[in-house]
Amino acid sequence: MGNKQTIFTDEQLDAYQDCTFFTRKEILRLHGRYHELAPHLVPMDYTNDPDVKIPLALIVNMPELKENPFRDRIVESFSEDGHGNLSFNDFVDMFSVLSEMAPRELKAIYAFKIYDFNVDNYICKEDLEKTLNKLTKEELTPEEVNLVCEKAIEEADLDGDNKLSFADFENMISRAPDFLSTFHIRI
Amino acid sequence: MASRVSFDCDLVTDFESPADEDGVHDSFSQLIQEQCHGLHDVIEMSSFDLEEESRDDVEYLEAPDYQRSDSDALQQTDHLIGERWSSDTLKVLSSMPSRTIGRSRGAIISQYCNRTMQLRRRKQSRPSIQHFPRSARPSIRGYRVETDGAGFEEEENKRERLVNNLQNLSVNDRVRMLRAMPLSLAEKKELRMLVLNKAEHSVSQNQIPCCSQLKYYIIIALRHGWYGWLSFLSSLQLWQTALKCVGGRFGTGVLSYFVFLRTLLFFNVFLFLVTGLLLVVPQAIMHPDPDQNVSVSSTWGLEVLTGAGYFSHSVLYYGYYSNKMLQTGCSASRNGTSCTSGLSYNMPLVYFFTIGAAFFVTCIILVYSMSKSFGQSFRIDKSKGLLAIKVFGSWDFKVIKKSSVRLQRANIGTQLKELVAEVNRQKQKFPVLQRLFRLFIHMLAWIMCLGSTLACVLAVYYFSEYMHRDLHMRAHAGSSDPLLKEASLLAVPVVVSSFNLLLPGFFNAVAWMEEYDSPSVLNYVSISRNLLLKVSVLGVLCYYWLGRVASEPHLLRLECWESFVGQELYRFLLMDFIFMLLDTFFGEFLWRLFSQKALKRKRKPVFDIARNVLELIYGQTLAWLGVLFSPLLPAVQIIKLILLFYMKKVSLKMNCQASGKPWRASQMTTIFITLLCFPAFLGAAVCVTYTMWTMQPSQRCGPFQGLKTMFQAGKLWVQELAAVNPDLHWLASAHAYLVENPLFLFLSAGIFLIVIYFHSQVVDGQRKIIELLQEQIENEGEDKKFLITRLQDIHERKRGRTPRRVQGASEDSSYS
Repeated sequence: MGNKQTIFTDEQLDAYQDCTFFTRKEILRLHGRYHELAPHLVPMDYTNDPDVKIPLALIVNMPELKENPFRDRIVESFSEDGHGNLSFNDFVDMFSVLSEMAPRELKAIYAFKIYDFNVDNYICKEDLEKTLNKLTKEELTPEEVNLVCEKAIEEADLDGDNKLSFADFENMISRAPDFLSTFHIRI
Repeated sequence: MASRVSFDCDLVTDFESPADEDGVHDSFSQLIQEQCHGLHDVIEMSSFDLEEESRDDVEYLEAPDYQRSDSDALQQTDHLIGERWSSDTLKVLSSMPSRTIGRSRGAIISQYCNRTMQLRRRKQSRPSIQHFPRSARPSIRGYRVETDGAGFEEEENKRERLVNNLQNLSVNDRVRMLRAMPLSLAEKKELRMLVLNKAEHSVSQNQIPCCSQLKYYIIIALRHGWYGWLSFLSSLQLWQTALKCVGGRFGTGVLSYFVFLRTLLFFNVFLFLVTGLLLVVPQAIMHPDPDQNVSVSSTWGLEVLTGAGYFSHSVLYYGYYSNKMLQTGCSASRNGTSCTSGLSYNMPLVYFFTIGAAFFVTCIILVYSMSKSFGQSFRIDKSKGLLAIKVFGSWDFKVIKKSSVRLQRANIGTQLKELVAEVNRQKQKFPVLQRLFRLFIHMLAWIMCLGSTLACVLAVYYFSEYMHRDLHMRAHAGSSDPLLKEASLLAVPVVVSSFNLLLPGFFNAVAWMEEYDSPSVLNYVSISRNLLLKVSVLGVLCYYWLGRVASEPHLLRLECWESFVGQELYRFLLMDFIFMLLDTFFGEFLWRLFSQKALKRKRKPVFDIARNVLELIYGQTLAWLGVLFSPLLPAVQIIKLILLFYMKKVSLKMNCQASGKPWRASQMTTIFITLLCFPAFLGAAVCVTYTMWTMQPSQRCGPFQGLKTMFQAGKLWVQELAAVNPDLHWLASAHAYLVENPLFLFLSAGIFLIVIYFHSQVVDGQRKIIELLQEQIENEGEDKKFLITRLQDIHERKRGRTPRRVQGASEDSSYS
């Protein structure tokens, strides 16, 4: 509005506005957050689209992610190389999908990616066990973990391959009305 | 491919709609059975190419073992399934359409290409029935079919087509499509750039006449303006950090209370702006009528609490407003006001229409948000799938604080254990005696609650009658201690507020005695009991105000009963706030001390969300009831809500901790908005409408003095208009026949009801279709299993190997 910012050009901000669920102010604020994660790496001037990536270790120190048991998987799912190094685009994308206004399908796609620990496009029993361990740490005994995994797969698996494909996952998630409100991080 | 696989002929292939599939469902298991029986004959695989199969590095998949015992057919297929899968099968499996979703860019681009095409088609014309594909498997055709086996050129083509489709969509649709695509942001930006370049290119190339170009630029400018407005709105995000803190520590449930508070604040701000700008400001600028007796008490008594005294003849209340046309340029002289020409402002009319319009707009906003919230939270509530949903959908990503995360872990662990135990345990049949006993306890609890509510209502009724007589005596007695007189005005509000404070605690104790098993049932029961209490108390009060005070104002020597009712509402609102303060600081604080020191509980008490939300709804109802009588009441409510926010936040941090029970946030939010709309707003609207329609306004004060009803203001205005301008005669007769005639209102209400009925039937039909589709999905799964096993069997036959049993250790497969 009033003050001229020199971080992004107007066209860049328009592009961000059209492709994500954020407004100009929020994009600039996100850039501020991105910058403060690694001030020596991230330039203040993004008009030339610099190719800067922040490593995983720095990103999971953000207060919004620090205590989240799935923080590594979240960051890895949004990184292009799959190892968790996020460029600013990936960073904005991550918080855009996790924002309030993202539609259910989009969230389901990324939730599936997050819970798919071995990145084979299926949630198999091992993925489910890892998810459960992260969810409950030491609350459940190994027998209970095993039982829960088997039961969960049995409930959600529709095509009988003992794993959850994306279609199974989406079908199951469509029955959870709270998914939209829980799969949400405020930034 | 496989040529002579014989399928059973009762597999019908021609269908008009999924509803026709009813007949086929039974035949799947038979089909599988028959195919299993016919395994050892018939099948020949002439064109099936197995040459590319590699011998040595075959990847195997540990087959799933089923515990399903529904049919022998499945067990027979188990026998096949317990096999190693060859790489061929695996290759086919891995390129199945449903497995490629989200995996590669090519697949995503194709998928969205189809979607944009469909969106374009849908926007342009409604597809006719004949376009629906006739197939038994409507899920195979449709949009998720593209495989990613396409070559690079095909991907480029798809991209081109996607860019074309995007360009032809409207701007809003394009943005929505772009945002919803699961591609990385860099690619989305690139797509967008291509689309915009193409658009510009076509614009400049086609030499569009200048008015279309102008329209194009106007649209761009509007878009920029809209974004600027959105930015401005988001920068106004009230309490963003506070909400984030609360959500981070206490989770979504408690957060919903604060979000609800913020929503109510916005409603009140809207009301305040409307009434402030249209009513208060003009009246405040103009001087009050000189012929109104203004008696200002010289001492400041309990004005702030009672709203009477000094405030009674101020802009705060109805009585202050003039019933004439306000004119600028009027000068008050000795002989009366002489007005030269200036702006004239018809106060009664504006008063009437402002209140009406404010209520109407509030109604629309409420209904819209209620339906939106309902749409999001409504799902076909099947009891199966709970465990999977609990595993994947229950972790609240908003929780940031370490201790809360730990608590959440414990909660989820407990809930999972309970679910697993429930699954394992046989359905316990309680002995009849025990069930009867529980029923008896429930009935007793309900009788106690209803009885206490009734007692409370009667107490309020008799007490208000007593105070009425008391005021009557004081009014006729003349001289009495003014302070005592003012204090006596506070009696009824104090009594009502204390009932509102104590009875919910009693209800909680009763519910604890009942020992409900499921926390959601407990929630619903306590909400309904609280609601009943508040509705009945408000009902009695409305009867008292409108039925007793308003109909016989001379008994209390009231010149202006509307101002008195406005003052009463002000007092109630304020007392409600004070009691909430007391409850928060002393109630929650003392309860925490008590539970930690006396009861020796490790954990702090839990924030009672339902009770607090109902308190908010009660306060808002009072505000809505009072807008007609006291146009500045929304301002009071705004101040109260702001203070309440900070107070509750502080108290929360000090005294409470996150709940151990699951709180279904979206369902509860829907229920709260519904409660805000139905009993609260509707009740207030009915009261206000009743007042405006039938009650006679005071003769000597307010904007409607001298009229028979407030509604007459509109009628008189229309008649005046018709008298002044004969052409508008139709308006007067339209007013007489339409607005005043009850028949017209009945007819329109009837039509609304019919429309609602039709819509509900449509929803019912859709629900049935959803259930059918769910069944279809499951049957598709069966199909897949069947086809995979057939494929595997074909392969096995070709190789001539005998089927071997499953190996012991489970081996994972990873096929790319």
